[in-house]
Amino acid sequence: MATKVVERKPLSLAERTYLPQIVSGLRVTMKNMFKPPVTLEYPDERPDIPPGYRGVPTLVKDPNGREKCVSCQLCEFVCPPKAIRITPAEIPEDAETAHVEKAPEEFEINMLRCIYCGLCQEVCPEEAIFLQDIFSVTGTSREELVFKKDKLYALGGTLPDSHYKWEKKKSAERAGNPHH
Amino acid sequence: MSEGQEDKRIPIFVDGEEVKVNPGTNLIEAVAQAGKEVPHYCYHPKLSVVGNCRMCLVEMGMPGRDRATGEPMLEEDGSPKIMWVPKPVIACATNAAPGMHVKTESPVVKECREGVMEFLLVNHPLDCPICDQAGECRLQEFATDYGRGYSRFIEQKNVKPKRTRLGPRVMLDDERCILCSRCIRFCEEVAEDPVLGFIDRGSYTTLTAFPGRELANNYSLNTVDICPVGALTSTDFRFKMRVWFLKETDSVDTESSVGCNTVVGSREGKIYRITPRRNDHVNDTWMPDSGRTLYKQVEAENRLTGYSIDGKPCAPDEAMSLAASLLKGHRVAIVGSGRLSVEEQYLLRLARETLGGGAPTFLVGRTGEGDGKLLSADRNPNTRGALLSGLVDTLPKEDLHDLAHLIADGAVDTLLVAGEDLTEAGVTREQLKRVQIVYMGTHHNDTSSVAKVEIPLLAVFEKSGTFVNQQFRVQKFAQAVPGPKGVLFGLSNFTRLLDALGGTARIAPSPANVWTAMSRDVPEFADLRFEDIPRTGTVVDDARFAELPFVEGPGLHFEPKRAEAAADA
Repeated sequence: MATKVVERKPLSLAERTYLPQIVSGLRVTMKNMFKPPVTLEYPDERPDIPPGYRGVPTLVKDPNGREKCVSCQLCEFVCPPKAIRITPAEIPEDAETAHVEKAPEEFEINMLRCIYCGLCQEVCPEEAIFLQDIFSVTGTSREELVFKKDKLYALGGTLPDSHYKWEKKKSAERAGNPHH
Repeated sequence: MSEGQEDKRIPIFVDGEEVKVNPGTNLIEAVAQAGKEVPHYCYHPKLSVVGNCRMCLVEMGMPGRDRATGEPMLEEDGSPKIMWVPKPVIACATNAAPGMHVKTESPVVKECREGVMEFLLVNHPLDCPICDQAGECRLQEFATDYGRGYSRFIEQKNVKPKRTRLGPRVMLDDERCILCSRCIRFCEEVAEDPVLGFIDRGSYTTLTAFPGRELANNYSLNTVDICPVGALTSTDFRFKMRVWFLKETDSVDTESSVGCNTVVGSREGKIYRITPRRNDHVNDTWMPDSGRTLYKQVEAENRLTGYSIDGKPCAPDEAMSLAASLLKGHRVAIVGSGRLSVEEQYLLRLARETLGGGAPTFLVGRTGEGDGKLLSADRNPNTRGALLSGLVDTLPKEDLHDLAHLIADGAVDTLLVAGEDLTEAGVTREQLKRVQIVYMGTHHNDTSSVAKVEIPLLAVFEKSGTFVNQQFRVQKFAQAVPGPKGVLFGLSNFTRLLDALGGTARIAPSPANVWTAMSRDVPEFADLRFEDIPRTGTVVDDARFAELPFVEGPGLHFEPKRAEAAADA
């Protein structure tokens, strides 16, 4: 095997004193000492969550306070770890949202199973389920980490709506059929 | 086609490919035989043709003939010249003719379908997320194939009633209706109870029941099955479960000896609905409404779910050995049931033979009025199975007075009851208290409450097996859901009892194994294996029972062999 001898340059005087290296190192230290810090005092301080972040899945209501989920069960179908479980029910005929006809009686997301993939949000035809900015989930029992409908709505809150699909439907119903 | 028989089928050409079809076949069926599909809404194979949805438009042409000479016209390359009809025709109302050419995939046909779909979707609501039909909706399917993906319709959609109650079991959403009129034709032609019709004109056309009438006949839910969209929905199944979750299992309707073929839809061990399965020899594509709610018995309050001795829970083996010691060496009578499967009846017969063979055996007859369609007078699904398997050799009576006399005379001191409530059949509780009872059944009742040993059985949805219907057609049913926790699976209850009694024939508790044994004992089943029974069933020889006065009257695809029975019905 051929051997290659690397030639080493002898150190200059300045290099031999190590002073320029110490000074340039200290310059970096000093610069960072007076810059604002990049770390956060978690949990007292919270990071800004960028848009599109996939946090805990939540259920949302529209600005009129109507629950948007109609329990079509597509999220239950698409959910890869089968974390979602919906019990569908009919909305009673005397309710204000009777024209929507269907709403979940129970909506469960097992957060021990959820993998935060966001497929439920992507598949939802009613824009009712969103992975928002909550990233820290803790609990002391398995039951506690199966999120029920009221908890999911509490976490989700209200989001703006650009369609008002069912309100339009109701106003069309009120306007009635020109034939009759 | 067998030797000597003339092949009457005629050749037609579907997109250039030759298929032979029977004369009189319409183009939808003919194209289906070529392995292709013509999309359609109003056409249904078991109803008359109206041709009002226009979805099945295809191009059609015949080989041309010279008018002067009558000679076939040829292209330059020598192939026959096809004279295409200038406009597309509807496939459902066009019958195949010899040499006919059909185009099902041409640009014109595709354009026709896209046009029809656009018009159908103009007033159709965007209800798919809440619609029960989603997943098995023809409109949804063909909208993905031929839909535009967006709507050019900017006007207000039509408003129609969303929750019309057509009858006790059927709800109508008029906005979803595409006016195919299948349900109207079904009520007129099959149910023979014409109560539905269209009112108003154009896009205001609305399906409704005639004033003062409602869709209440026992076949009303078939309209829900044939509705190609979600306009007609079943009040029982409405909003319960999306259809894509349902596991479908072939089963048989147990409410009468017709044995309608069914599909059981279940998810995670819970049954949600029962729908008919097509069998052109038995029930076409229909079934009675009364058979669709039978799944509720599976989760009934009084369901028997555990083994017990004197009302105290025990292990299966304890129950079996006590049952065997009660039965052995006593004066035993056996009460079987026309609701048990053929295999269970046969194992009961083996149990009787193990006990010496002399035990009097009874069956409880159930009769009701037959409706001349799919509900026969014999309300036991498997009376003929009991005859074939050799459990009994006469037709059952509705009451068990003969058994009551035997108990009163002291000729019987132990009863083996499988699947029947004796108090309903004319045996009093006092009489039952005089004997020791081994009760096998699916539910608690007055007989089980005085029984020494209770052995829980599986309901028809929880086991596999066969029934023999009024045509002597052996029909298979499959297990849809698991049985209650702790109940022995399959036929184990019967085979273990047989083992406990000291039976020499040791049979593994599956229908296939029982059939192996049964084909040796029952001449009609000699060449039959369980695995070989087709989905639509197979008819066995009924010559041995030709003289028995069966109670069934004529029905769909059934003519009673004995004229007297027909006259009685």
